[in-house]
Amino acid sequence: MPDLLHDLFFDYTLRTVALGAAILGIVSGTLGSYAVLRRQSLLGDAISHAALPGIALAFLLTGSKAPLVLVLGAAVAGWLGTLLVMGVVRSTRVKFDSALGIILSVFFGIGLVLLTFIQKREDATQAGLDKFLFGQAATILAQDVVTMAALGGVALLLMLLFWKELKLLSFDPEFGSTLGFPIRALDILLTTLLVIAIVVGLQMVGVVLMSALVVAPAVAARQWTDRLGLMIALAGGFGALAGVSGAVISSTAARLPTGPLIVLCASALVLISLCFAPNRGIVWHALRQRRNRRRLHVEGEVIP
Amino acid sequence: MLATTTATAHPITVRDLTVAYHDRAVLWDVDLDVPRGVLMAIVGPNGAGKTTLIKAILGLVPVVAGQVRIEGKPLAEVRRRVAYVPQRGSVDWDFPTSVLDVVMMGRYGALGWIRRPGHRERQAALDALEQVGMRDFAGRQISQLSGGQQQRVFLARALVQDAAIYLMDEPFQGVDATTERTIVGLLRDLRSAGKTVVVVHHDLQTVPEYFDWVTLLNVRKIASGPVEEVFTPELLRRTYGGHIAFLGQPDQDGTVAAVAGGEE
Amino acid sequence: MSAPQLEIQLIAVVVAAACALPGTFLVLRRMALMSDAISHAILIGIVLAFFITEDLASPLLIVGATLTGVVTVSLVELLNRTGRVREDAAIGLVFPVLFSAAVLLIARYAGNVHLDTDAVLLGELAFAPFDRFIVAGWDLGPRALYLMDGILALNVAVIGLLYKELKLVTFDAGLAAALGFAPAVVHYILMWLVSITAVGAFEAVGSILVVALMIAPPATAYLLTDRLPVMLGLGALTGAVAAIGGYWLAHWLDASIAGSMAMVAGLLFGAACLFAPQRGVIAAARRRAAQRWEFAQTMLAIHLFNHRDTPDAATESRVDHLQEHLRWDPDFAAQVIHRAERRGLIHHHGQALTLTGEGMRVAREALVG
Repeated sequence: MPDLLHDLFFDYTLRTVALGAAILGIVSGTLGSYAVLRRQSLLGDAISHAALPGIALAFLLTGSKAPLVLVLGAAVAGWLGTLLVMGVVRSTRVKFDSALGIILSVFFGIGLVLLTFIQKREDATQAGLDKFLFGQAATILAQDVVTMAALGGVALLLMLLFWKELKLLSFDPEFGSTLGFPIRALDILLTTLLVIAIVVGLQMVGVVLMSALVVAPAVAARQWTDRLGLMIALAGGFGALAGVSGAVISSTAARLPTGPLIVLCASALVLISLCFAPNRGIVWHALRQRRNRRRLHVEGEVIP
Repeated sequence: MLATTTATAHPITVRDLTVAYHDRAVLWDVDLDVPRGVLMAIVGPNGAGKTTLIKAILGLVPVVAGQVRIEGKPLAEVRRRVAYVPQRGSVDWDFPTSVLDVVMMGRYGALGWIRRPGHRERQAALDALEQVGMRDFAGRQISQLSGGQQQRVFLARALVQDAAIYLMDEPFQGVDATTERTIVGLLRDLRSAGKTVVVVHHDLQTVPEYFDWVTLLNVRKIASGPVEEVFTPELLRRTYGGHIAFLGQPDQDGTVAAVAGGEE
Repeated sequence: MSAPQLEIQLIAVVVAAACALPGTFLVLRRMALMSDAISHAILIGIVLAFFITEDLASPLLIVGATLTGVVTVSLVELLNRTGRVREDAAIGLVFPVLFSAAVLLIARYAGNVHLDTDAVLLGELAFAPFDRFIVAGWDLGPRALYLMDGILALNVAVIGLLYKELKLVTFDAGLAAALGFAPAVVHYILMWLVSITAVGAFEAVGSILVVALMIAPPATAYLLTDRLPVMLGLGALTGAVAAIGGYWLAHWLDASIAGSMAMVAGLLFGAACLFAPQRGVIAAARRRAAQRWEFAQTMLAIHLFNHRDTPDAATESRVDHLQEHLRWDPDFAAQVIHRAERRGLIHHHGQALTLTGEGMRVAREALVG
């Protein structure tokens, strides 16, 4: 254990990976909270799958595999996908979940087509893009972390700036509209922030697992508090904790991919929170019920 | 003729308002003038378009034809003058926020972009909560509220906007007797203060007692005016299409306690 | 067309049809993303079954995978029932955990076996013809074809048998329960069908295409019809078209077959969104525009009708007064007048407008009706 702590600070790779994972955790945890509160938890899943063709196209068009370029492509595709989902829901009778599923799978399919297309052109280069499927945390560089921090920082700043507007949007958009706020524009803003949160993490965790990191920290945080600000901060904290834990555990042995480990740590946090959080926790609830029952029983005996 | 100066303009003027949904007209050619300082009920059977009318006035639904003027001007110019109390079921009460926080949201419009609510907004919210008898609940999580308490929180949120016109959608629906008395008292206070209050109301029994004006609506406006003139068996029958039964004797001034049986 | 090509397309069509059937109910019951969850989660079932049997071709794998599908649904339900996690969040929690566990197990203990996680997502339809179903020395064709035929038959049988129940539970769960149809049981049977179909299909086409085929074709059909049997049939048909179209697209682009099929399925859905008669975007816009004109004309008729015998009839029925009273801008008013005249509702002489008999009828009808 002390060895691990030492490595955390002095081993370049572990330090970088852990830092990247922490940033990823904070950003996806905080921004994912809004999606969870608005019952759009699986929007993250759709965005991350929809990002794939964007990554492929970005490479096809620019020939560059620089993370910033690919992330930009991912963001545009994810954003476009979300707009389409909203468009379909608004203008046809197809429901939100079906629209998500269609965009998710169709965009991903387009991404696959593009990937195989790329593969046919030059064999070696596809390997770089492949890692976005499952993530390749171990190969992350310090400059990637800087990119993640910059993008994540901008997103968080915007969230803080528009704090009350986003709260209004999430709680009572119609009322917000009567106050004069442009609800649709705010919706697009929030979606954009979510897209940024997701593309920040794609490199490390991959398309398939990213959605969990948007949902799990928020669900865990919700069990501990009834205040929005605290919940979002906690979600960020839990995300960071899961990220770092996953990174550290994965470094202890060979063939322990980081992405899945981060997801498992995040899920463990959810389980612990569900059971042991004061007030809402299941274990607490059961204990309190038993105590009440006993009290009733005793009082019943006291009454003559 | 629509009045063009604020001094003579009615608080709310609706002309030829038509709202359609999937080929069906939900509101058809509705003309309405709401005089200043009235406490008006909008009644009609299910599907009559009552909620749609409120939402159309607030610009929340697209209209096929017609227009709405608030004090002679389009809504966008005078948003500060209007406050909205939606139906309770329109939000998720499990949202992590406190009573005080919800009420302060009423001040967001006045704050504008980015500025956070401060001490002044907090005090205004507490005062509004005092008015609805919920001051002690300020720090309470909204999921712990009863139906009547939730309704009062929504009312406080509207009060805090300090508007001239209040639009409420079924505020009496499913509340306990105490809350109902509180709300009625509040509405009367608003009227005394010169505000104009329009309420979508579901309970015909209480219309003559609570309101001084009433609009009968069933996709079209059947009638609108003082309760004594408009709230008559004849007009009610026309509004409810015969699905209505009258109990008890008519009062001296001709109004009747009525019960609507059956929906459309 | 060569034999393998034909076989691939055949398999693809059967897969598409098999997916569309349970998928229709997923779409109607607003649980479309269960397909996403199940098709990801079944990997762990396969892995665990593989660890037991150590045989990639063992039928236990299918059993394991199918069981996982049902387990996934149960876990989601369990989480939801705690009252602390919403259904959508529950889905988003359960399947990543199971999938992550599977990926970890594979990486750690089965890294050198062909349990390629890429294949899980993408499938390898191109290889399907090489895996033959050989009975007593007779080559009966690709194994995948028989598997999927069996699954398709199962889907048809179950849906056929439980059609009444499925229909009731989908559209009126309360009534179903009141009638003693145990919605929960029907629900689990449906999920079991989804799991089996997903397992069978994903070997050929991968998880992602399973999701595409379960949701997009039924959603396309949903935009084209209101009747359940038609929707089921159209969904299967659309899926089949997507399968064949996708195959040839992949052939032309020399790209992933599964991806192309998803693409074509998406294109078909997009086309339906835009062009579906009645429910498509274009049809709705046209209808709204037509409504606007119709309502305006009727309003004109009513306006003229209301003022026809009044002292100020002359002024009220002038064109320029219209613009003032009804607040119509001059171009709009001119258009309405023109259309009303064409429809025979009014006569138009210079500034004066008069109502025809037909116009009066329309006005009266609108006022009374």
